[in-house]
Amino acid sequence: MAQKKAKIAERQLEVIAGLKAFGTQIYNQLDQGVFPTINMPSRSTENINYDPTLRQFILGEKSVSRSARNIRHIKPFTQLAWAAMFSNELTTQRKTSTLRDVYYSAQAYEMTFTDQQESNNIITDLETLTGFAREDFHIFPEERSAIFGDLDIGYTVPGYEGKTLNLTSHPDGVLIGPALTSSEFIGTKADKVIAIEKGALFTRFIEENVHNKHKSLLISCGGQAPRQTRSFIRRLHDELGLPVFILTDGDPWGMHIAQVIISGSANAAHLRELNTPDAVWSGVWASDIVEYKLPTDPLDEVDIKRLNELARDPRYQNDPLWQREIKLFLKIKRKAEQEAFSRYGLTYIVDEYLPTKLEQAKGKK
Amino acid sequence: MAQATFEEISASDFFYRNRDIAGLTNPSRAIFVAIREIVENSLDAAESQKIPPDVYVRLSYEGEATKETQIYKLRVEDNGSGIPPRFIPSAFGQVLYGSKYKLKQARGTFGLGGKMAVLYGQITTHQPVFVTSSTGQEKIYSFKLMIDIQRNKPIILDRKVLINKDHWRGTIVEFTLEGDYLRAMPKIIEYFKQTAMVNPYANITFVDPKGRLYKFTRATTIMPESPKETMPHPYGVDVELLQRLIQITTCTNMLDFLKGHFHRVGEITAIKFLIFSNLISFSCREHGKIENDQIKWVDSRPSCPSCGKTAEYSSKNPKKLSHEEIVRLMQNLKKYKDFLPPDASCLSPLGEDLLKAGIIKELKPEYLVVHQRKPSTYAGHPFIVELAMAYGGDVPKRGTFVIYRFANKIPLLYDEASDVSYRVISVMNWRRYKVAPEMPIAIVVHICSTKVPYKTVGKEFIADRPEVRREVANALREVARQLQHFLARQEHVHMEKKRLGIFSKYLPKIAEFSTTLAQQKRLPDIDKLLKSVQKYGAEES
Repeated sequence: MAQKKAKIAERQLEVIAGLKAFGTQIYNQLDQGVFPTINMPSRSTENINYDPTLRQFILGEKSVSRSARNIRHIKPFTQLAWAAMFSNELTTQRKTSTLRDVYYSAQAYEMTFTDQQESNNIITDLETLTGFAREDFHIFPEERSAIFGDLDIGYTVPGYEGKTLNLTSHPDGVLIGPALTSSEFIGTKADKVIAIEKGALFTRFIEENVHNKHKSLLISCGGQAPRQTRSFIRRLHDELGLPVFILTDGDPWGMHIAQVIISGSANAAHLRELNTPDAVWSGVWASDIVEYKLPTDPLDEVDIKRLNELARDPRYQNDPLWQREIKLFLKIKRKAEQEAFSRYGLTYIVDEYLPTKLEQAKGKK
Repeated sequence: MAQATFEEISASDFFYRNRDIAGLTNPSRAIFVAIREIVENSLDAAESQKIPPDVYVRLSYEGEATKETQIYKLRVEDNGSGIPPRFIPSAFGQVLYGSKYKLKQARGTFGLGGKMAVLYGQITTHQPVFVTSSTGQEKIYSFKLMIDIQRNKPIILDRKVLINKDHWRGTIVEFTLEGDYLRAMPKIIEYFKQTAMVNPYANITFVDPKGRLYKFTRATTIMPESPKETMPHPYGVDVELLQRLIQITTCTNMLDFLKGHFHRVGEITAIKFLIFSNLISFSCREHGKIENDQIKWVDSRPSCPSCGKTAEYSSKNPKKLSHEEIVRLMQNLKKYKDFLPPDASCLSPLGEDLLKAGIIKELKPEYLVVHQRKPSTYAGHPFIVELAMAYGGDVPKRGTFVIYRFANKIPLLYDEASDVSYRVISVMNWRRYKVAPEMPIAIVVHICSTKVPYKTVGKEFIADRPEVRREVANALREVARQLQHFLARQEHVHMEKKRLGIFSKYLPKIAEFSTTLAQQKRLPDIDKLLKSVQKYGAEES
């Protein structure tokens, strides 16, 4: 347990050391009368490749160089140095901030960004350069996903050090925000994680006591899971050794929500450990629609276009499940929401569907 | 049955009836033209003596005339040559009497302007003109004059002689006229400003009817070379001029006549022209008469083709030429291709330095390029084009080029669009020179000539003569090229400044941020880096 507990603190130290190393590199170059120059992997599309072993997108060999010598580089270079300093401040003082915050904070240093996009890009540069996610620098997006289940955590945020919380303590679930993602795991009685696309079903699961019946930690993704939620799921999997099951709507968009939790996104190709390759998409599959005779809507043009795109996506090649389901979707030309199970009664999904799917997944393992 | 009546009218009468052609078209234009004509006479009078001119002009309000016009008194004082007393009455009281009928460059051309102004004053106010002048000798002469319009004769109303204790030299003219100063004011002020620009060696003071003082102080006492008087060039003569020359000549043969009365015609040119027009005959002592086309040139002498001895020749007495012969002579003078071009000693261009001084004085430009073309000719009249382009400073930004046109140091303020310079400027491909009309650019064109090709007596714009057009265009290209270099250099300097600005803005910040990040106490030394970009910049430019 003690070893696990050190994880968060260790990572913080790594982040701070990484930022200091970056600062020292620039400082020394300047002090030697050399224009500071940095190299980092290129994030251009042609340099983003899918790594079948890692089961996620990674950046290739191409790198870009930023030099303060170059008149076109010096401004972004300065912004990068500022962002590193600002992140260092946040991390050391254990304060949190948002991307919007970053945009405004820069103005205090006469480092005005032209727009939000420019400041976002600089933060992504910093991620690429250091290999840490912005959440590691305490820069968070708005929170909208939650967790519920029998997990004890120990806070590390200032003012809460030493305090613990059982994540069943609030029936609406607990926001997956900075305080939670920076906490240490103390212990859990759960033996699995169930990530759910929509808040409504998440609430239904809590009401129906799924966390006890199936010994699970429930996560509401709130649509496409935010990066910190994806990274949190990864931690639950890695640190607690829990298998992860994902329940989404039965359409290409739900399928892809699951896929991003499993394989990550191209936008985050410069980062690691945001994805959980062992997570399993449990439904709603196209074959479920057929099997359970779910009420459906027809696929529209955009859905079909999306399915065709996904069929070619490298992330959909390693497991035959994906291609099988894509083909079936295209064949039946129908889609169904998670709520469609309600035609068999409100508890049907918990009493019948879920156990079957969990069994299915176990059998597959 | 109606009967046509014929009567002779005098020159004064003619101009009285046709004052429009001298530019005196309306009350506001009249007051402008009056000031201009008198001031130009003053400037000419000082320049002819190579005296830096001091011209004092005062226009004072005398009373209402009509609803729109007022009576003004115009007084112009100069420090010019002064006028000998016996010429004063005619100089101001007789139209077409003047000192400007010889061939040299002067502001006035027709000996008309000053008198027209006085005449205009008299017909609108019935007041006499007062002229006081001295050539710097013992006495000052003061006249009170009116013009007898029908007889074109001065009427002397009063004449005073004063002792010139201080050896004052100059002329004072004072007369009243009707006009509309308020409407003429912008042009008048512009006229003084531009006059000051091309006469940088002149002090000009103007006090307007409201008592406002406009003072244009000289920037130099250096004056351009005075023009020399010249004889007419063969290309520029007409039958009338030929007849007058024949009347006054003392030469008894055509060869001497040509040599003696024409510009740049010497012995050889004259003989060759006479051969060309078949007005000469040759003979040899041994071989008798030689046909004109048999003449052999030995050591630049016409010689006998048989023995090589210098041939004897004879040509007609010009006084014996028939009218038909005179017409043919005039035609041949124009046809003959080998006359030497007129030289420019009769011209008095400002010169690049003086033009520069004048423009700097009035426009204080950021950049100025001046170019003087070599003398050229049109129809036997020599002319020189001087052109300048001024950028920035006090040059007004109008969205189009500001064009200052001058002819023999006179500003031309009206009918800009009809002027040859305007046309050349507007058809020029400015993009080639990376010059845009939106830039604060002034173009100054000065054309000087013994006969400026004005389109009208009003001296407002210059006719589109191909020779003049070509010279203006060439001059314009030359200065535009130089302006282009300046603009490119300026752009470079601007970029360099901007570049340095960026480095000096961001490098200290990088230093500050990295010091905090690296947890260092001391800021890194970035002076070396800042200097290196500066040095790099200097090398580049």
